[in-house]
Amino acid sequence: MTASPLRPDHALIASMVTAGARVLDVGCGDGALLAHLAREKGADARGIELSREGVAACVAKGLAVIQGDADTDLVDYPDDCFDFVILSQTLQATRQPRVVLEQMLRIGRNAIVAFPNFGHWRIRAAITLQGRMPVTENLPETWYNTPNIHFCTIRDFVALAEEIHAKIVRAEALDASGRPMGVKMPWWFWNLMGEQGVFWLARSS
Amino acid sequence: MTRATEAENPHSLVLRLPAESPLTLESGASLAPLQIAYQTYGTLNAEKSNAVLICHALTGDQHVASDNPVTGKPGWWISMVGPGKPVDTNRFFVICSNVIGGCMGSTGPASRKADDTIWGTEFPVITLADMVRAQARLIDHLGIETLLAVVGGSMGGMQVLSWASLFPSRVFSAMPIATAAKHSAQNIAFHEVGRQAVMADPEWQRGRYHAAGTKPVKGLSVARMAAHITYLSEGALQRKFGRNLQNRDAPTFSFDADFQVESYLRHQGFTFVERFDANSYLYLTRAMDYFDLAADHGGSLARAFWGTKTRFCVVSFTSDWLFPTADSRSIVKALNACGAPVSFVEIESDKGHDAFLLEEPNLFATTRGFLDAAASARGVT
Repeated sequence: MTASPLRPDHALIASMVTAGARVLDVGCGDGALLAHLAREKGADARGIELSREGVAACVAKGLAVIQGDADTDLVDYPDDCFDFVILSQTLQATRQPRVVLEQMLRIGRNAIVAFPNFGHWRIRAAITLQGRMPVTENLPETWYNTPNIHFCTIRDFVALAEEIHAKIVRAEALDASGRPMGVKMPWWFWNLMGEQGVFWLARSS
Repeated sequence: MTRATEAENPHSLVLRLPAESPLTLESGASLAPLQIAYQTYGTLNAEKSNAVLICHALTGDQHVASDNPVTGKPGWWISMVGPGKPVDTNRFFVICSNVIGGCMGSTGPASRKADDTIWGTEFPVITLADMVRAQARLIDHLGIETLLAVVGGSMGGMQVLSWASLFPSRVFSAMPIATAAKHSAQNIAFHEVGRQAVMADPEWQRGRYHAAGTKPVKGLSVARMAAHITYLSEGALQRKFGRNLQNRDAPTFSFDADFQVESYLRHQGFTFVERFDANSYLYLTRAMDYFDLAADHGGSLARAFWGTKTRFCVVSFTSDWLFPTADSRSIVKALNACGAPVSFVEIESDKGHDAFLLEEPNLFATTRGFLDAAASARGVT
């Protein structure tokens, strides 16, 4: 299998996953990240994907992927069966984000969540200056047909992590190109400048 | 060519096992002599690592990819199995055997006992596990330790699950399609209607119709008509027939087959009795009714697969109400609970349970992808 270049946000997520880990990627799409983790990290890579096309692409890659969704299917997994549960660009589309996060940390010891930051200045500007729901390059849908029903900001996510007693092992904000903004900045800065947040959560012991 | 000769001397390969090595059945009875009729396609490689076992459904047979000797029609899964097909016989050595209890050459109620009389209803009641243990004898005979894949739909899917549960180390990958780990109450109910139709036919002669020189064609054909409805969907029936009349402009105010759907079902019934043994129908439906893999493992389906290394791909169809998606999801849930590598696809189709036998490009793509990945994981070129 030839390795296509990994999306920058996927590369960041992959850097957090330890070698040989049991991984579940929730909303794994065509399995690009999973295939990378299986190949480069020797991960036992599993996935859940809503679209039949995505599942078929994954099956053809030899990945074990189930057609399903984050809201309904995580409950079927036993406790502690994964080292990492990944949710990339999907949290905002779930019906019950809090329950999904709790389930992720029940079935996995660690959770990695990447989500669009609704606190980004461009989004704030769209609402405050134009008085319109934002339509951006990363969030191209209009309010009435978007699958994204539960937007949050980086600070909202930090608050939710605290509420469910999850430990933040590592947090990164990504710029418009999907690359980490690097140096540690205060939350307010990331919340204003980051297009995406990527959080590595663990159960607080 | 008649069914009776096909049961004894099938137009396919036959494994005849000596009377000294009977098959011990789940019921405790032992079955001998044992004969297994089978077909193979493609070539077994030197490593014997490219063998794919196809398991047939209730009324299927070993002629999966070649013309059926009784009906003269093409094999029942010709769109799936063959050169360049998803189950590619250019790459894989494909085996398909008639289940025991069947009537196409493997030992069943239409076969002869040791005393040369027909078994009839003296044939012991068999289970899915018995069918699979008999197939395992065939796989032993072919010198194959581990099958690259076991694939099947409906009752074939039940055999796939039984294989994976009984012989986990012999199944590298498993593809149960449109099936369930237990037969539902509704499905048992439909089967009972079919059996009662057969047994209500005076020509059934309490199962001794071979000796009596009769044939319960009316009963068996009604059983088939009822069952055939369950293989379709309301949408498919509507699309195919609607309320269209059969070769007439107005209803005849009689009990003729006025509607196309009636005529179609009658045709299905008539043609079925030409190729199938009524007692076989009783035994095979019974075997499906008894199937409950969780019950065999203290009520836990996960325990049926505990520690398995087999790769699974479970497939269901949206309009299949006989083996609905929920049945497949229970299998997936159990496999997840034991950490098995499992994929699951629900394919959009309005063709009902029969979808697995029909032109379904998404099923073909999934099967091809899954088998290719299994082959490359096992180093089969």
